[in-house]
Amino acid sequence: MFHKVLVANRAAAASRIIRALRKLGVRSVALYSDADKGAPYLEQADEAFAIGPAPARSSYLDQDAILAVAKRCGADAVHPGYGFLSENPVFARRLSEAGIGFIGPAADWIAAMGHKTRAREMMAREGLPVGRGSGLLSADRDAMIAAARRIGFPVLIKPAAGGGGIGMLPALDEDQLVKAAERARGLAKRGFGNDEIYLERLLERPRHIEFQVIADRHGNARHLFERDCSVQRRHQKVIEEASAPGLARPALDALADQIAATLARLGYDNIGTVEMLRGADGTFQFIEMNTRLQVEHAVTEAITGIDIVFAQIRAAAGERLDAILPQTVERNGHAIEARIYAEDPERFLPSPGPLTVFRPPSGAGIRVETGYAEGGEVTPYYDPMIAKVIAWAETRNAAIDRLRESLQNFAIVGVKSNIPAIMKMLDAPAFKEGDVHTGLLPEVMARGVAAAIAV
Amino acid sequence: MARRNVTSEVSGTVWKIEVAPGAAVSAGDTLLIIESMKMEIAVTAPAPGIVSEILVKEEQAVAQGQALAEMDC
Repeated sequence: MFHKVLVANRAAAASRIIRALRKLGVRSVALYSDADKGAPYLEQADEAFAIGPAPARSSYLDQDAILAVAKRCGADAVHPGYGFLSENPVFARRLSEAGIGFIGPAADWIAAMGHKTRAREMMAREGLPVGRGSGLLSADRDAMIAAARRIGFPVLIKPAAGGGGIGMLPALDEDQLVKAAERARGLAKRGFGNDEIYLERLLERPRHIEFQVIADRHGNARHLFERDCSVQRRHQKVIEEASAPGLARPALDALADQIAATLARLGYDNIGTVEMLRGADGTFQFIEMNTRLQVEHAVTEAITGIDIVFAQIRAAAGERLDAILPQTVERNGHAIEARIYAEDPERFLPSPGPLTVFRPPSGAGIRVETGYAEGGEVTPYYDPMIAKVIAWAETRNAAIDRLRESLQNFAIVGVKSNIPAIMKMLDAPAFKEGDVHTGLLPEVMARGVAAAIAV
Repeated sequence: MARRNVTSEVSGTVWKIEVAPGAAVSAGDTLLIIESMKMEIAVTAPAPGIVSEILVKEEQAVAQGQALAEMDC
């Protein structure tokens, strides 16, 4: 096992990972930018180091600065959390060259799945269902239009080096395609340093279903079932649940088994999530694989009893899967997570500000993950998530009731939060019936989502 | 013609200025883009007119409600 782990992240992610390290008896090192000085997650860690100015590129994305701290504090591994450098193969390689472990898969895996069209091609070769797509899109107008016609409008433009809902733009016709492609290239270049884009068929009312996989360094891989993350705004998740409501188990379980077997065969070697869209016709298609811990891992933990971060660190340290997981893992009850964002609940515009009141709920079956505390400040520099509230109960209806009750008791003053939007969703008949899809949240909101774009 | 302030809906930083003073714009045209919490928020012309002044610089921090540009419309 590792002796000391540097957590290259902030807020809720850092807090969660530090907790898992403590449980393992491993020393933890936290980082903070100027904007996060005094943040509560720093107190949980054994050591904390300043990493640079507030903007992420000068702090949590500054590989040189993070490597320097890792060496200085004597860390023998780095946990990247999610976002920031978690899917950066260059960072993973640099760590390994410095003799420091990376708590995630091999750098080659990050690179392979990080390029979305190559990932699609690989999964298609392996026999997983992959929907209609374009391959890398030419900058030539006619070639671009021809590629879109082969798929059929409407299409979704996506950055090839992308993820996190960033730079994804829909196009309903040829004019929109040409304009949006240019914009998407700019967003992709900015977000990922790579302006390659590609097209996917834009499905109508799809469900986002993803499969949690855990693999070791010895060629073994298993799955921990699926999550349904269909409730989104701007291609970013807001409510996630396990299990997926209202779907026949045999098809889900067969796909989960196929995914785990495929990744075992290919030698995938840490935790990961295979994201699929399920069309209204019941067919699944691969969209991408995330080679890291997911924000929404806690709903899987709640129904399986498996501590995923704990397991991830052990697998990265070289332990075998059969020592990490019990022989059989079963689904027990239902869990729903709501991501609490500091944003206007009607148009979903960012709302940074002081947390003059911040009192997360607690109670039986309720788990809260946050990196903030009352008196703190939500700055404009990072993503808007200020907390995750996870409710578990025997049944989905009971979990919804429990989540609703806890959110009613979540007092936040100083920033706007999306809690009213989540409440509205929890009360929506379609949600209650499990009839979810990725367009449902904008549908249940009265005013429509503001035309902002995730970057 | 009336002079009109265009303000920011959110606090954040100015990511990009898309028009220069003197530009003629239509309603809904993007004047500049604010970045906040990993989101780009376009600030658009409320009405057709002429951009008379840009009051901020790229990378400048701005507060919610702060005037970003002036238009004659």
